[in-house]
Amino acid sequence: MKLSFSIAKRFLTYSKGQTILIMLGIAIGISVQIFIGLLIQGLQDSLIQRTIGQSPHITIVSESKGASFQIEDALFTSLTKDDRLIHVGKTADGAVFALTANEDESALLRGFSDETATIYDLENSLLDGRMADTANEVILGKGLATNLNVDLNETITLQTILGDTVDVKVVGIFDLGVSAVNDSWIVSQSELTQELFNLGDAFTGIEMQVKDVFAADTIAASLEPSVDSDLKVVNWKAQNESLLSGLNGQSISTYMIQLFVLISVILGISSVLAITVLQKSRQIGILKAMGINDSQASLIFIFQGLILGILGGILGVGLGVGLLAMFTTFAKNPDGTALIPITYDATFIAFSGSVAVISALLASVIPARKSKKLSPIEVIRNG
Amino acid sequence: MANILELQHIDKIYGTSIKTHVLHDVNLSFEEGSFNSIIGQSGSGKSTLLNILGTLDKPTNGKVVLNGKDVSTLKSKELASLRNETIGFIFQFHYLLPEFTAIQNILLPNRIKNAKVSKETMDRALELIDFVGLSAVKDNPANKMSGGQQQRTAIARALINNPRIILADEPTGNLDSDTAEQIYKLMRDINKKYNTTFIIITHDQQIAQKTDRIVEIKDGKILLDLRK
Repeated sequence: MKLSFSIAKRFLTYSKGQTILIMLGIAIGISVQIFIGLLIQGLQDSLIQRTIGQSPHITIVSESKGASFQIEDALFTSLTKDDRLIHVGKTADGAVFALTANEDESALLRGFSDETATIYDLENSLLDGRMADTANEVILGKGLATNLNVDLNETITLQTILGDTVDVKVVGIFDLGVSAVNDSWIVSQSELTQELFNLGDAFTGIEMQVKDVFAADTIAASLEPSVDSDLKVVNWKAQNESLLSGLNGQSISTYMIQLFVLISVILGISSVLAITVLQKSRQIGILKAMGINDSQASLIFIFQGLILGILGGILGVGLGVGLLAMFTTFAKNPDGTALIPITYDATFIAFSGSVAVISALLASVIPARKSKKLSPIEVIRNG
Repeated sequence: MANILELQHIDKIYGTSIKTHVLHDVNLSFEEGSFNSIIGQSGSGKSTLLNILGTLDKPTNGKVVLNGKDVSTLKSKELASLRNETIGFIFQFHYLLPEFTAIQNILLPNRIKNAKVSKETMDRALELIDFVGLSAVKDNPANKMSGGQQQRTAIARALINNPRIILADEPTGNLDSDTAEQIYKLMRDINKKYNTTFIIITHDQQIAQKTDRIVEIKDGKILLDLRK
């Protein structure tokens, strides 16, 4: 075993150029695998973050659209204590007309608790002004503010379909990045909505985010039994099927690319190792004449594969991570943030590295078997 | 004295469609500690005979008995280790591994036998390399030595495991007559000191004349078996 290893090592260091070439081949394959894998992962994460990062993943609303309901303390407490969930907030919403002296626009008045505002990351989305602290202050989406032609600290009138009105002061303008929201949302404290629509202490929804966004459907299903029968639990996956199928298709194509990269790595290594058996057949013949047994001779090639795989894998991980670092440094949005934020997933990188080792090992099986068949007499007879 | 190596009714035929009958019913035995030579013209079958003696090649018919064991009954692994411990080869061409230095080449058969090279073996290797006159170049890579140096390294390598039999195929073929004489003396010393059996294939009549027994092969048959 030790002898086979040291012969393998000697063979590799003897033909340095060839060894470096094979190692580079493995390394480039693995770095492409890491680069593409993590890039697509980052792309999907940022796509999901952009799509649902600033919105609730699970919402509990009434079966009848827009109707209000009492939130039982027991239910709400159990939700806030559920460690699969983050940011559980109550909302009280209602459709209103926003009126100024010259303009009127239909809008959605959303009454948030502090937790709900956190879900939407509202405070960081403010373009101007501050959050609405009291029930007679509101913040507007930037589209709505433009359409109404209002500025900070001006007063607008909100009117329900029933004709009830209230005057509120605009203290902030936000941009949530979605024009449908920017053009129609007025956000305030939930008390404003409850008072305007005579809801008492009822709400129209509970919104929450989950830690693992892809588990939203199963978590939603597990919450279903604990809510009243006239309420329904809605999760983002059910509402974004086309996004999900898009992501799925992307994942599959990534796997295909990775698979073919791997196949080419394996083919590359095995063909080069097969040639080294021919190159070293004289040496193997001599060693066999001196009494090395077949499995020791095979081990030489297995060890060569192992060494090449490990070194190539390490080099490939370095190259791949370097490529990604370069990509995040140079591919940037105009505002200086990375175009695609990359998470260096240690498990994935370790997986790709071990793929190099395993594929090199697999590739060395063919030359190892070939060396078994080599007889010393052929070498000696052919001089 | 007991026979260390025996050939019984050996036939060797090469090829399947065009058959070349190289050896015809050869019976030959070698006593332990004897010093033998095999001579014959090229194409006479003597190299084939040596390969069969060395268990590198299998006879078409007949039996090879090495150290009391019928080698055809051994598995390839057992045969490999028997070969490693019992037989040292000296080939006409040196067959060193170019990836290793002279001293490492000499130690290789021992490393095949034992995982670790002992101090005694190391001393023996140094002694052998000194004996073949290569102490100065012992750390040179094998491919950076002259032909004569390489052959002498190969001889030292054949001796490292203290084999009971040394099979030599034209060991002095590439060497000048002085060195050939030295190598002959070296082999004789080993023969006396360790009771190692020598079977030497040679063209060199001078060397052959000095051995205890001369076997002449012609057309795959034993023409002459002369014992002194």
